[in-house]
Amino acid sequence: MTNAWTDIKNTDLVVVMGGNAAEAHPCGFKWVTEAKAHRGAKLIVVDPRYTRTASVADYYAPIRPGSDIAFLMGAIRWCMENDKVQWEYVKNFTNAAFLVRDDFGWNDGLFTGYDEEKRDFDKSSWDYQIGDDGYALTDPTLENPRCVWQLLKKHVDVYTPEFVENITGTPRDKFLTICQMIGECSAVDRTMTSMYALGWTQHSKGAQNIRGMAMLQLILGNIGVRGGGMNALRGHSNIQGLTDLGLMSNLIPGYLNIPTEKEPDWQTYMSTRDFKPLQPNQTSYWQNYSKFMVSFMKAMWGDAATAENDWAYDYLPKLDVPSYDILRMFELMDQGRVNTYFCQGFNPMLSFPHRGKITTALSQLKTLVVMDPLETETANFWQNHGIHNDVDTASIQTNVYQLPTTCFAEDEGALVNSGRWIQWHWAGATPPGQAKHDTWIMAQIFQRVRKLYQEEGGAFPDAILNLTWNYEDPDEPTPAELAREMNGRALNDVYDPADDAKVVAQAGNQLSGFGQLRDDGSTMAGCWIFSGSWTEDGNMMARRDNSDPDDTGMFLKWSFAWPANRRILYNRASADMNGKPWDPTRKLIEWTGEKWEGYDVPDISPTAKPSEVGPFIMNQEGVSRLFTRGMMRDGPFPTHMEPFESPMQNVFNKKMRGNPVARIFESDAARLGTSDEFPFVATSYRLTEHFHYWTKHNVVNAALQPEFFVEISEELAAERGIKKGGRVRVWGKRGEVWAKAVVTKRLRPLICDGKPVHVVGIPLHWGFMGAAKKGFGPNSLTPFVGDANTDTPEFKAFLVNIEPAAEEPVA
Amino acid sequence: MNIDLSRRGFLRLAGAGVAATSLGAMGFGEAEAAEAAHVRAFKLATTTETRNTCPYCSVACGIIMYSKGDVKVGEKAELLHIEGDVDHPTNRGTLCPKGAALKDFVHAPTRLTQPRVRRAGSDQFEEVSWEEALDDIARAIKDDRDENFIAQNEDGVTVNRWTTAGFLAASATTNETAWLTYKTVRSMGIVGFDNQARV
Amino acid sequence: MKDTATGPTTAVSNPPVQPMKAYFDTSDIVRISATKDVPQPTRQLEKLAKLIDVSKCIGCKACQSACIEWNDTKPEIEENVGVYENPHDLTPNMFTLMRFSEWENPETDDLEWLIRKDGCMHCEDPGCLKACPAPGAIVQYSNGIVDFIHDNCIGCGYCVTGCPFNIPRISQVDHKSYKCTLCSDRVAVGQGPACAKACPTQAIVFGTKEDMKAHAETRIEDLKSRGYDNAGLYDPAGVGGTHVMYVLHHADKPGIYNNLPENPRISPLVEGWKGVTKTAGLAVVGLAALGATLHGLFSRGNRPDDHDDQAAETLVVERRDPENGGHI
Repeated sequence: MTNAWTDIKNTDLVVVMGGNAAEAHPCGFKWVTEAKAHRGAKLIVVDPRYTRTASVADYYAPIRPGSDIAFLMGAIRWCMENDKVQWEYVKNFTNAAFLVRDDFGWNDGLFTGYDEEKRDFDKSSWDYQIGDDGYALTDPTLENPRCVWQLLKKHVDVYTPEFVENITGTPRDKFLTICQMIGECSAVDRTMTSMYALGWTQHSKGAQNIRGMAMLQLILGNIGVRGGGMNALRGHSNIQGLTDLGLMSNLIPGYLNIPTEKEPDWQTYMSTRDFKPLQPNQTSYWQNYSKFMVSFMKAMWGDAATAENDWAYDYLPKLDVPSYDILRMFELMDQGRVNTYFCQGFNPMLSFPHRGKITTALSQLKTLVVMDPLETETANFWQNHGIHNDVDTASIQTNVYQLPTTCFAEDEGALVNSGRWIQWHWAGATPPGQAKHDTWIMAQIFQRVRKLYQEEGGAFPDAILNLTWNYEDPDEPTPAELAREMNGRALNDVYDPADDAKVVAQAGNQLSGFGQLRDDGSTMAGCWIFSGSWTEDGNMMARRDNSDPDDTGMFLKWSFAWPANRRILYNRASADMNGKPWDPTRKLIEWTGEKWEGYDVPDISPTAKPSEVGPFIMNQEGVSRLFTRGMMRDGPFPTHMEPFESPMQNVFNKKMRGNPVARIFESDAARLGTSDEFPFVATSYRLTEHFHYWTKHNVVNAALQPEFFVEISEELAAERGIKKGGRVRVWGKRGEVWAKAVVTKRLRPLICDGKPVHVVGIPLHWGFMGAAKKGFGPNSLTPFVGDANTDTPEFKAFLVNIEPAAEEPVA
Repeated sequence: MNIDLSRRGFLRLAGAGVAATSLGAMGFGEAEAAEAAHVRAFKLATTTETRNTCPYCSVACGIIMYSKGDVKVGEKAELLHIEGDVDHPTNRGTLCPKGAALKDFVHAPTRLTQPRVRRAGSDQFEEVSWEEALDDIARAIKDDRDENFIAQNEDGVTVNRWTTAGFLAASATTNETAWLTYKTVRSMGIVGFDNQARV
Repeated sequence: MKDTATGPTTAVSNPPVQPMKAYFDTSDIVRISATKDVPQPTRQLEKLAKLIDVSKCIGCKACQSACIEWNDTKPEIEENVGVYENPHDLTPNMFTLMRFSEWENPETDDLEWLIRKDGCMHCEDPGCLKACPAPGAIVQYSNGIVDFIHDNCIGCGYCVTGCPFNIPRISQVDHKSYKCTLCSDRVAVGQGPACAKACPTQAIVFGTKEDMKAHAETRIEDLKSRGYDNAGLYDPAGVGGTHVMYVLHHADKPGIYNNLPENPRISPLVEGWKGVTKTAGLAVVGLAALGATLHGLFSRGNRPDDHDDQAAETLVVERRDPENGGHI
């Protein structure tokens, strides 16, 4: 989230699209009801299903799964055409005026540079025209046909209301009503917020869905302001924290990158990370990259990381592929190329697409280690459960270790919420039986492996032997020790760059923020963005002062928010070119003539003059990007693409299937279904009664929603002879499931290109372990392909068939 | 409705109601009347409160756990009840149907309490000590890593990666667990590292 | 016990953990089942109410979950029968239930998903209490709470019959009748009901009936501004008003909310039923509690006659018959 849950009360219009906040985040959705009650805010829901969020919406419109980009580009077109633009914001705070290279273009659904063989673009033309001074050329009048604004106008021109209706199935009048409601928020005294979740990310072009709305929000001037923003509603309690901490194939804590093979040494690695500003006077804060990186290397390897050995750069693995994401790992596993696998509180057997493949892949492992508080399907993948898990147990040669862990009630530490608040919690119950803290388990595994390397030697032991492990009890590092390590401390005295006699942090002291980090080895910090969370003043994450001056919803003294306790990102954009709030009633920060001050921690240098320094300080441009240069693999603007499995051809290019640059493995490409065999569009989702695959273990939640079902329209039910509560079989190219049928008016056939499209809704909470009835999940059916940029699996749009099933099939 | 509603039924069943009825009818004079006719005792009296955060979605609602016993002073603590924390700015004491039932997540019948191993080809788990399980796992790591670690690629570039092992990190563990996990996994050169962000 | 609790004015409050004396007790009882001439309390407690704003309800079932946890009930894990209601009905282990209705508004042609939290309405004029033949099994306090005293319940089901909302359910295990207590144990120490505390959108709020009616007015005004011209409060006069009230977007059509009665009233059969309940238990006292000092009230007891029993049976049968609109 750019903003915070408590800030949503400040909005005038909530758009829930690509999510279902009332069901998946009920207590966060409270702030929508607050905005409605106290500001008269309106709620729009755009979703293939009439959800429980829709049940309290002011306006609902249906949409075909996987067609959101067309809707969003249509909305941008409508705003541009109807002068619903926050012009001063667009001109000064976005790259609308930047000139783009003459060789950039878009044709037949593809941007320039497409290479069909490589399934990739040569992105060199997707860039600005750079002047001799190294800065990008601009045209502040926005009239130059090569400026971003004019190119965008041209790009969205095709997305007329008629076109949108044809592609999305959203009736034109509903689409236009929503455009009007959205357009009103271009006024400086009205803001709109976007609340989205996996309904946008789980597509082969998920990142572009989000880009589409972010661009719309920029055009309306709604980023950086109270009640505005792009608010990703993260799915799990600390998935924000785990992402912040870089627990991904290609990340280092704080959104730094694991090097690739093309960066064999430190100098090469840093050479592409100078982040030189593209306009004069801009902050381009990533210019501090080396300080974050060196401090991380010092946190990892302490004295073994020196200037002489390039901070132990060799200790880091170098990638030969963009990332060993989950899809790639299970592909490798399926090929027998993975031996050892760990699942820490993770149940891939129900979480990952194409369950059949996941099962055969797990069966290839030598060792599977599962750490979890609960039984999981993954830990029991070798057990035969009839139709619910029809495996040949004896033939599976995997050793499975199942290690019982504590859960929240029994442990202490911090979680990062969707609004980036890092909140500390305390243990209040004794672990059951022999269950152990995850920290203890990880420490035990590491200590044992290190001991083996000490005793026996072996493959490159250096990074293991030299890993910093100076905890009071090496067998169980405490949460406090680990939190302090992430925050960072001074290894030597740290001096003020403006006054080298002035010590800002004494050797051995906790750092007060990432501004104190250095790239000379005098500081260490496990995760630079968490700096400030545990200072010499103590644990800032444990703060519980819930005061909120003037009811802005900022709560600066409650816990700690990264970065630097800032509650709304880009908040400098809440004020105009003179530093005055666009909307005085929604003041966030203000330029006093000397400095920035207000309700939030300014997201800019406190003394940066408003007329000089742009508000988007992490960008080299100093402004936000309507055009993203080559930063996304599938285009600098979002363009409509069909899902890999779709009842429609790509209207721009009949040859194109799915996202033309999304990676798909050969065997998986052969297992894509087509609409002649599988005529119905399926989509997956959560139900409010359950959390993922966890609460089916809870007798209360199991009682509230006991059994797997699918949802279909009355029309489809009639067409297929399916009765309410009857048993159905749903199958696709990769598998089949049996479910109860919920026949509902909340799903209706959509008319796309003159033809009806039926949607089958498939909730995701059932498996073969736990208190609820045995069932299935959508992952038995979904395709093994992900987003071109993030490899997030395409769970939200795929093809199935459905028929009544008279009896429960017997294995 | 199985009960025979005859007069005999009344006579037979009324016994249990005698005390309250007679006392009630007689004007609630005695202390016993209060006992019999009053609402049940407030079950949180004399429990220990602990502040925590809901482990499910990213709203991160504040919760209060009510326990018998206090882990902070080294006692064994049994969780009795969980309720939303009114002091929390986000949820203001409210909880969703998952959060409101957290106690029964902690006490789920399928909670794990014992390390176990399923050996290749077996159709069951067997109990194993922590020592044995952890030693086995460390050995499996060492053997796989030593055999398959890639120190240099074909071009002689130092790459120090290990691709035959993978680690899926959790989504509800603390930052502190995540950081310790990061250190452990990266020091070994594992690149098949991922979390639940995408699913 | 150090402190005496004060009466609750809101559900937004963290429960106390120190022992505390209840703010109301048996001396605040105004009605007792099967008992005539109950001595009236010397004080009148402020009337309380739970207000359920159907237009804010997201149907998440947090109320059901919180209810189960607070009351330590164990609803069965049933099947899916093609609907969202789970359990499928109120049960002795499920005192409140979200009921879902898909309604196509003929005026706008739009679908509306009307979700109503069903449960005891805590009627000012409680039909259950009036129908109950077991002395002391149902009591009403002056703050409006209608509570079941299970020790005195004989499981006859007359309360179900007497209830215009078809709420109480009889346990097949202990043959006692169960329903929402308005969390009387929480209210006693100044807390709101567990469902109101949990409700994520505060569609359920709790406080004095006066405050709740004032709050309802603001909600109705907001709904009218959004085009719901018939928004209104459901506080039916036929049962003397209720201590659980609804804000409805279509208050002119309560029936569309899963058969919420348009004009609920106690069945004339129950109203005309001559004191079955006032007698049975006391008659037994006369036989069983020999030696007890007989109070003047006792002599007013009458044995029920056959007619009373028959009337009650008819009622029960009628209510059980789905053709007559019964829910069971």
